[in-house]
Amino acid sequence: MPSRRVVVTGLGATTPLGGDVITSWSALLAGRSGVRLLTEDWAQTIPVHFAARVAQEPSETMERVEMRRLDRSEQFALIASREAWKDAGSPEIDKERLGVVIASGIGGVTTMLDQYDILREKGARLVSPHTVPMLMPNGPAANVGLELQAKAGVHTPVSACASGAEAIGYAFEMIRNNRADIVVSGGVEAAIHAMPMSGFAAMKALSTRNDDPTRASRPYDLNRDGFVLGEGGGVLVLEEYEHALARGAKLYCEIAGQGLTSDGYHIAAPDPDGAGVQRALKFALRDAQLTTKDIVHLNAHATSTPAGDVAEANALRAALGADADHVAVSATKSMTGHLLGGAGAIESVFIVKTMQDRLAPPTINIENLDPAVTVDIVRDKPRALPAGDIAALNDSFGFGGHNVVLVFKSL
Amino acid sequence: MALAQADVLAGLKEIVEEVAGIPGASVELDKNFTDDLEVDSLSMVEVVVAAEERFGVKIPDEAVTDLVTVGDAVNFIVNAAK
Repeated sequence: MPSRRVVVTGLGATTPLGGDVITSWSALLAGRSGVRLLTEDWAQTIPVHFAARVAQEPSETMERVEMRRLDRSEQFALIASREAWKDAGSPEIDKERLGVVIASGIGGVTTMLDQYDILREKGARLVSPHTVPMLMPNGPAANVGLELQAKAGVHTPVSACASGAEAIGYAFEMIRNNRADIVVSGGVEAAIHAMPMSGFAAMKALSTRNDDPTRASRPYDLNRDGFVLGEGGGVLVLEEYEHALARGAKLYCEIAGQGLTSDGYHIAAPDPDGAGVQRALKFALRDAQLTTKDIVHLNAHATSTPAGDVAEANALRAALGADADHVAVSATKSMTGHLLGGAGAIESVFIVKTMQDRLAPPTINIENLDPAVTVDIVRDKPRALPAGDIAALNDSFGFGGHNVVLVFKSL
Repeated sequence: MALAQADVLAGLKEIVEEVAGIPGASVELDKNFTDDLEVDSLSMVEVVVAAEERFGVKIPDEAVTDLVTVGDAVNFIVNAAK
């Protein structure tokens, strides 16, 4: 069987920068921060008082009755999927050839905690019958699958902050292996709640720059002090190339390869040698039949943690060698915060827009670049990318030592 | 405490509208919860719990399967409150 190629034919997103792709993308190019002080009472009772909530509440576009049986992460998944599906031209397809792969890092955690409060305060009788479908981590994928009547398979890879990228890679494989012709793929997260935030704060993973929230997420800055929790989601419609051509679909770019590895090093800390990241990058390029010379852009994982950013940058320099000099590296978490299981997905949406507009988004809040960072960071304003054939990378890493690299290639 | 049938129906209209988004006007005594109002099994649990809270009655799980129409539910609640 000839090799099946996979292209991107639709995009959707709801992020701290906008309720859709175009609004989010414009804000990203303008270098805006989506981070804000939280207004909930509980925010003042925990060490971190800010986060990056979605710019547009789901209630602005969703019916109340639909919302009340969906966890917030499921609402994000449906909002982003509806936009992406429409953007793809709402394709007519045999439902047995349609799949969904949507990830989440921690699933319906706010449902779990809110219902536990009800259990303790009012008793078991008042726990919602929708609790389990709302808290299960595959809930976002399942709801999108139901809405689209997808029957080729609905899946939810879970690998903490690498989940979104892993979902796109899984979808890519489903099409390449001829299980499906179209797969709706991405990742979501809705974990802005006192409990998970306290857990991350206890690990010293979160920035505590409470007096200056919009400047708290500062990947590669010498004074970075942790990540900023974000929420939202991103969705890409992936499609087999010939299938997309035959229906006259808009073709954004190709997904040409992926590399997956694990560190075997520590449950939360990055391997300082970055060997697993280097191997993932090498495997991804080999899979895509490209070399480091072809890469012009990378949307980095770069969460703004002291250890993670440098470990990643070192691994990239080692894997890309001298070719790192022509790779424009953007750390968009400086504006969106860290969407955990949604991160790799919205960053993949941003890469597709970057390739389309040939503009790499900026990294904001770098006042003093950490001298240990030896890759070429796009700072403060967007940078033009070359015309002609180009390729770009997304790398995503998760607690547990998961490494994912995706390769995007112009058509 | 005795409840009037009309009051119970009015209350159920509000509950079904809140839980399932069905306009109160279509919630009539002869309407079937599943077939006419598209109240699925999970939402029916919500309707039952909300009705118990509102009318101060107990609706045992084994009774719920017999509440096919809105009228069945109204009658059950009126009788349970006597």
